[in-house]
Amino acid sequence: MEEILSQARKIATQAEVFQVFSKSTPVHFEADRLKQIQTKESTSTALRLIKNGKIGFAQANGSIKPETLVNMATETCQFGAPAKFDFPGSKVYPQIDIFDAQIDEVTIDNMVELGEQLIAAIKQHTPDIMCEASVTKGNASVRIINSEGAKVSYNKSFFDLSLGGVLIQDDDMLFVGESQSSCHPILDFKTVAEEVTRQLELARNNVSISTRPMPVIFTPRGVASALIAPLVTAFNGKVVLDGASPLKNKQGKQVFDEKFSLWDDATLPYQIASCPCDDEGVPSQQTPLVDHGVVSHFLYDLQTAALANTQSTGNGNRQGSLPTPCPSSLIIEEGDVSFWDMVKDIKEGLIIDQLMGAEQGNILNGDFSGNVLLGYKVEGGKITGRVKDTMVSGNVYQLLRQLEAIGRETRWVGGLLRTPCLYCSSLSVATKAG
Amino acid sequence: MQDELGDALKGHSADYIEIRLEESQATRIVYRGERLEEIGKTSSLGGNVRALVKGGWGFVSFNDIAKLQDKVELAVKQARLVGKENSKFSPTEPIVDVVTAEAKKEPRTVPLASKKQLLNEYSDIILSTPKIQTSNIGYYDSQRKITFANSAGAYIEQNKLDLSLRLTAIATEDGQVQQIGLSLGSQGDFFTIEGLQGQIREMAQRAVRLLSAPQAKGGEYTVVLDPVLAGVFAHEAFGHLSEADFVYENKRLQDIMVLGRKFSGKHLNIIDGAAVHGLRGSYKYDDEGVPGTKTYLIREGILENRLHSRETAAKMGEKPTGNARALNYRFPPIVRMTNTFIEPGSVSFEDMLSDIKEGIYVKDWYGGTTSLEMFTFSAAEAYTIHNGKLAELLRPVVLSGNVFTTLSNIDAIGNDLQMNQGGGCGKGGQSPLPVSNGSPHIRIRRCIVGGN
Repeated sequence: MEEILSQARKIATQAEVFQVFSKSTPVHFEADRLKQIQTKESTSTALRLIKNGKIGFAQANGSIKPETLVNMATETCQFGAPAKFDFPGSKVYPQIDIFDAQIDEVTIDNMVELGEQLIAAIKQHTPDIMCEASVTKGNASVRIINSEGAKVSYNKSFFDLSLGGVLIQDDDMLFVGESQSSCHPILDFKTVAEEVTRQLELARNNVSISTRPMPVIFTPRGVASALIAPLVTAFNGKVVLDGASPLKNKQGKQVFDEKFSLWDDATLPYQIASCPCDDEGVPSQQTPLVDHGVVSHFLYDLQTAALANTQSTGNGNRQGSLPTPCPSSLIIEEGDVSFWDMVKDIKEGLIIDQLMGAEQGNILNGDFSGNVLLGYKVEGGKITGRVKDTMVSGNVYQLLRQLEAIGRETRWVGGLLRTPCLYCSSLSVATKAG
Repeated sequence: MQDELGDALKGHSADYIEIRLEESQATRIVYRGERLEEIGKTSSLGGNVRALVKGGWGFVSFNDIAKLQDKVELAVKQARLVGKENSKFSPTEPIVDVVTAEAKKEPRTVPLASKKQLLNEYSDIILSTPKIQTSNIGYYDSQRKITFANSAGAYIEQNKLDLSLRLTAIATEDGQVQQIGLSLGSQGDFFTIEGLQGQIREMAQRAVRLLSAPQAKGGEYTVVLDPVLAGVFAHEAFGHLSEADFVYENKRLQDIMVLGRKFSGKHLNIIDGAAVHGLRGSYKYDDEGVPGTKTYLIREGILENRLHSRETAAKMGEKPTGNARALNYRFPPIVRMTNTFIEPGSVSFEDMLSDIKEGIYVKDWYGGTTSLEMFTFSAAEAYTIHNGKLAELLRPVVLSGNVFTTLSNIDAIGNDLQMNQGGGCGKGGQSPLPVSNGSPHIRIRRCIVGGN
């Protein structure tokens, strides 16, 4: 790494080397049985240069000669985007706990047993269900060094337990599922099992629903599958800079319901999206996005922030390419109404637990539309069963402008979002007639 | 290399072992509006070992390709922890072959400066259209050399080229945002993305027109799908259901997807095949060393075949179809589609519209996903059909339905097959895999359309 940096410095004004080594062990179960054990190791080294004011970039997965990588980056430099930022120098990084050495103590046998117990618990509830599950443990070590004196490295451990089940009766299929992630090992299958059996209980029988606008409760999974993609896009500093975000001129303005607060947080201990700094060495922070309905901040990396005359929020994230703004953990603040009080309030309505295809709509405009993969009908204040062949469509901004209520319990979905249930007074529902 | 891999494969007690090594170079260029966002190069070297012992699999992936023998040992050890029954794996001829990549104008022969100039031109066309707020352009090309060897003696070197271009025009007015995209791809032929100026200008103008278009009223309609969207339908709604890994361990699903079941009228034929040449999903051998085929999934409305890996074929007592594909060396091969299309029929587009009183014409692809029985796919453009004629432009719509009823509700198949090469398929965390989809225009009765 140091060799790459020193060679790069000879030809460039500034340079940065980013290296990740990761190792993970996923244990996969298919059709209720153990199917495959994997070991995945990867090493990648990325070089970013600033030369004649322009950015060059090259990445190597696996070993590469330093001069080859430097040459590749130099070749792109002459056509690269003008650099508006300097690499950060040495910084004080927050102390965030994201490594648990206990992960190393978990054996493959432990992981196999955990997966088997989880599947057994679900099958005990519903014997005809077919389950897929995976138990994954791993760790990653990240190092960033640059010509301005930054030298940062950290280790992260991670563990994930997930289950997906399908119950087929004739041509009817019911999909259920849940996952849990942490930097700690997950040693107990019960949290995932309880959520999946709750879904199975509520979906026990199918009921029909009307085609018309009606009140809707989004469960935490429902919020994640229907509403988050448009918000992530709208709060991306790049989209704001392009003028394509509907929130571009809304900073400081009341756009959402005053009960609604949303923030990004890379500093939560033992959350898989947490880290002491982002992928370009900017210290991690908590960034308010919506404060009681008022748009407060957008998410930035170094280059985008410089173009927008603001500061990076420490959200520069790489996926095999240059850093780009990307949320860490998103948190929606809890409200004060219980889930069952929301249900009680509804004459005829829908609970959305999983929406399929919502992200295919015009998310820039906040539109979402999708098939209710898992959803329940509420009638006379009670959940009466599962709805099928039903589409919903709406607009995130219209929906979140006025919320009936926000749930008082929050839950993590997929390790990246913590949210309560959201209850809205009206959403368009279309269903197959007969 | 052949000897090296052969040595590493020797002396282990497993029912089957394979090694895959991959070397690749890729170039990426991204524009956002007039700003060149990124121009970067990636070079990769890595590999994997997969071992089968008593029906259980071990898989090891790595970037450090030294000490292959140790990696084979680890994969076998992991497989042994899993395996508790008999391995079922279709035997195939151990092929020894070298496959070269051929393209009329390879991306690596085009200087970076020329690539950038072409994209600049496209970007200017979009951005100079009135009411266009911004654009996104993503260009990607790659060349890969994949070396495959297995314990039965196969040794195959395949060289592959891939190229894709996606352009999006984003129009805004009074807080409204609308967009239209165009996706293209080929097996490394740079010609396919040249000379698109007219098409791109027209795309940008359509994005602007969407700003003043109303939204569809949600409900059930007779819909006509253009070739692009119908191709997505073939891929999403039916293709995934034909992937045997969804079916082979699932008795109930086997009852539903039983070969010989009638799904539609005699006019419907759906095909998948890597052996259909010159398309983005074409190849000579899959990632288990099985030759690519051309497979009728539905012939004359009846389910005839499904897509297999060597394992799913053996477990279901059917023939491998050469559909085991891995995105790259970090993943084991799984059952995937290649080039999937609905065969053309005889109905003209005009005739298809002529007896529709009120319906919707949906065009172009924006995305699609499926959960076996249920599918949703999004059209980028839609028009009302009124008394047999196209009428008003509508905002993009999402279509959704149950596969089984929708297939039987297809009542007309056009005579105008077109293949779309801009797609990338995702499954099991492996995305985007190069595929192509296609179809002529088709008409579906009673389809659910999302809307107000």
